[in-house]
Amino acid sequence: MRSVALRRTLVALGALIGAWLLVPTLIVIPISFSGEDSFAFPPSSWSLRHYETFFTEPSWLNALLVSIQLAVIVTVVATLLGTAAAFALSRTVFRGRGVLNGLFLAPLIVPGIVVAVAVYAAFLQWGLIGTPIGFITAHTVLAIPFVTVNVGSALGGFDRALERAAASLGASSFATFRSVTLPLIMPGVLSGAVFAFVTSFDEVVVSLFVQSPQLQTLPVRMFTSVTNEVDPTIAAAATVVVTLTTALLTLAATLRRTRRA
Amino acid sequence: MPDPVPASGARIEVQGLTKRFPGAAAAAVDGIDLEIRAGEFMTLLGPSGSGKTTTLNMIAGFEAITAGRITLDGGDIAQLPAYKRNLGMVFQNYALFPHMTAAENIAFPLKQRKVAKSEIARRVGEALELVHLGGHGERLPSQLSGGQQQRVALARAVVFEPRALLLDEPLGALDKKLRESLQLEIARLHRELGITFVFVTHDQDEALALSDRIAVFRDGRIEQAGTPTELYEAPASRFVATFLGDSNVFAGRLGDGGLDTGWCSLRVPDGRAGEDPVALVVRPERLRIAANGAPASGDNVLSATVTDVVYHGAFRRVLVRFDGGGTGQVRDTAGAGGSLAVDQRVEVSWDVDAGVLVVDDDAATAVAAGAR
Amino acid sequence: MVSVGSTGTAAAVPAPAAASRLRRAGRPLLLLALPAVVVLGVFFVVPALRLAWLSVSTPELGVGNYTGLATDGVVVTVVLRTLGMAAVVTVLCVLCAYPYAYLMTIVGPRWRAVLTALVLLPFWTSLMARTFAWVVLLQDTGVVNALLGAVGLGPMRLLGTTAGVTVAMAQVMLPFMVLPVYSAMRGIDRRLVDAAMGLGATPVVAFLRVYLPLSLRGVAAGATLVMVLSLGFYVTPSLVGSPQQSMLAQLISVQVNQLVDFGAAGALAVTLLVVTLVLVAGVQRLTRTGGAPTTLVGGAGS
Repeated sequence: MRSVALRRTLVALGALIGAWLLVPTLIVIPISFSGEDSFAFPPSSWSLRHYETFFTEPSWLNALLVSIQLAVIVTVVATLLGTAAAFALSRTVFRGRGVLNGLFLAPLIVPGIVVAVAVYAAFLQWGLIGTPIGFITAHTVLAIPFVTVNVGSALGGFDRALERAAASLGASSFATFRSVTLPLIMPGVLSGAVFAFVTSFDEVVVSLFVQSPQLQTLPVRMFTSVTNEVDPTIAAAATVVVTLTTALLTLAATLRRTRRA
Repeated sequence: MPDPVPASGARIEVQGLTKRFPGAAAAAVDGIDLEIRAGEFMTLLGPSGSGKTTTLNMIAGFEAITAGRITLDGGDIAQLPAYKRNLGMVFQNYALFPHMTAAENIAFPLKQRKVAKSEIARRVGEALELVHLGGHGERLPSQLSGGQQQRVALARAVVFEPRALLLDEPLGALDKKLRESLQLEIARLHRELGITFVFVTHDQDEALALSDRIAVFRDGRIEQAGTPTELYEAPASRFVATFLGDSNVFAGRLGDGGLDTGWCSLRVPDGRAGEDPVALVVRPERLRIAANGAPASGDNVLSATVTDVVYHGAFRRVLVRFDGGGTGQVRDTAGAGGSLAVDQRVEVSWDVDAGVLVVDDDAATAVAAGAR
Repeated sequence: MVSVGSTGTAAAVPAPAAASRLRRAGRPLLLLALPAVVVLGVFFVVPALRLAWLSVSTPELGVGNYTGLATDGVVVTVVLRTLGMAAVVTVLCVLCAYPYAYLMTIVGPRWRAVLTALVLLPFWTSLMARTFAWVVLLQDTGVVNALLGAVGLGPMRLLGTTAGVTVAMAQVMLPFMVLPVYSAMRGIDRRLVDAAMGLGATPVVAFLRVYLPLSLRGVAAGATLVMVLSLGFYVTPSLVGSPQQSMLAQLISVQVNQLVDFGAAGALAVTLLVVTLVLVAGVQRLTRTGGAPTTLVGGAGS
């Protein structure tokens, strides 16, 4: 009987912790449909006006568009560079490979604020603050590790005999990569791409330092909103962001399940 | 086979072929010479690590060579990338592309060669028929059994009409029964296609059953190459004798009266006296066994005690311990030796021409002379 | 066909073309890594090294920035506060993650998927959205205060206090703790516990002597991860906390944005980085794998 009581306690505890994990993410949703100009919860009236503001007011809309464009560019660049690098790393044996592996993981480990200040100091000197190139390069640095880890893991499970088979059947290295290797590691590449997109789309700290008043990403705009204003438009913004990333990550999870199958 | 296939295979020749892996003390393949004749079924046989697979991989183009020459009908191919060598290859774990159907797998080499679509469809169909898999073309490899997968791999490796087929332990991943039926299949393919087969295995039975000739590998060198009969009847060394088939080995030195093993003296085929350690190899089926007291005749007669009798149906294997030292085994057909029981005293005999005198390349371990 | 002496020359002559081909074979492949290495080198390594250089060269060459920080009372207070809060957050996460992860190991696959999703989804959804939610929840008229009031504990000030920051941070960090702990627990053979009980141990003793030690590796990995991330955490403390109660990352930001003192900011950043690397290296040696971070980004676990 004791184990039943223990199990009940565990379940109750799990439910509480689960709620603690989930509720703060969900609570922005009702606020985004509030009819008031405050964060009162629960709202006493409902409307879509915060969405209207979000999608019409230039400072919000531009930030959203900048974030989407940036994330798309970063996804393409980081996926290309990261996939190529993961391929090279998994296929060659050389001195200093450990160092290179470390380099590709470093942006994951180094605290965001350290990256941000380092990048800020350098970009100030190089005139990249508030420029698209500045954002793209900084976000690409942060996104590449997610691609190399995912593609590297897909390549790790890849049977090299298939490439030998392709070669024995007359396929050049390039033809082998295109028709055998790439299709088989594609799920890894795609989930790496999704992670790269989400990384760029959600990035706050480095963006705060690279931004200028003329060029802001959505998380930066949200950050300034929380610091400077009491404007429920941010709830609409947060809802849009949560919906978008959840959809993308569900997609990535589905892809990974396909890879396993 | 409806499609007329060129009835000649390629002649493959390697000279001084050497492979040294970086950091390894000994060469994996140490300057071997081997001629594989056109249309021949050549087996590279040896224990793991003997260099047979490395040799195959160098012929296929998967390993760069350290030194030597590889020629195909006289043309040096050692520097040619694998995909330009036009050699079919079958892998131990099939190496079928998991994202393509059986038919797509077989079509792959034809697509690489830019064969017309209708032609591809026709030849894929024929190839599937060739390996008795007609109607299975639309299945993915994961939906096929191990034996079927290896048939698809065979079809894929020959569909582009290569002049030689390299097979790297193709039956290693299959269970015994499937292995035997695919052995027949491979033998049939070799007959029907008429191309050169280079077959790597560590299984001596497989090698004896399939090959025109066998090259026995040991420590990166070829110990002996020849027909299965030559290797079995006239092994060049103790290693070859014990690796192929069961043997009784009597190690010792040649003296005036014959072979002196230290515990008995044996009459041997005309051998030169010398200091080199030699071994007399006698196959178990060439030994006769008789219960003690019964008349035993032969050039060599040894007294022994039966330690075990293993019944195999058509024959029985009798394990004995010779008086004075050493163990041996006799393959006794249909109970010619009468009823035998463990601990029974027996006479084991054979004639001079039943044994082969070989170099004892294994002198260090020769102390325990006897059957494997 | 057996090798004879006449071909000895052929064997002895190395094939230079083949040897160099082997060496060349690796190179084009390595070139594939070049673009990524260049991007990371120019936009990550060089800025980091520049910052480290600035910390010992601005305003003058020497370790003045470091000694200056060590003797600055405000800085010392902030560093101690950061360490303290990171420790509290870590402990909170261990206390919550351990039963949660344990629950994940004993429920059926369907509930396990739900529990995993509960951890992963907030983990991957916008940090800004979650931090904003905490600002709303913790405001004076917010939900948390309403609940506290209902049980007679409130209302109290939460936004801008270390208590508020701690609760919000712990929630953000929890997934980093749950996943390594769960992965360690999943690897434990339950029969060991049964065996211990079969040998006469009470369930409590069996748990303490067998299960707990085996799961500690995951706890160590998770705790290090949470500790490291908490030490450098910027967004949530900035928005939920207050400048008067700032943490290390905020202090670095202030040095840069308000005081434009790259020397001092660099010294703080280098210090933070060194502590981080030491902790990460420590846990890597402890667990002998780099598993935890890669699991989180979708690599090794699949």
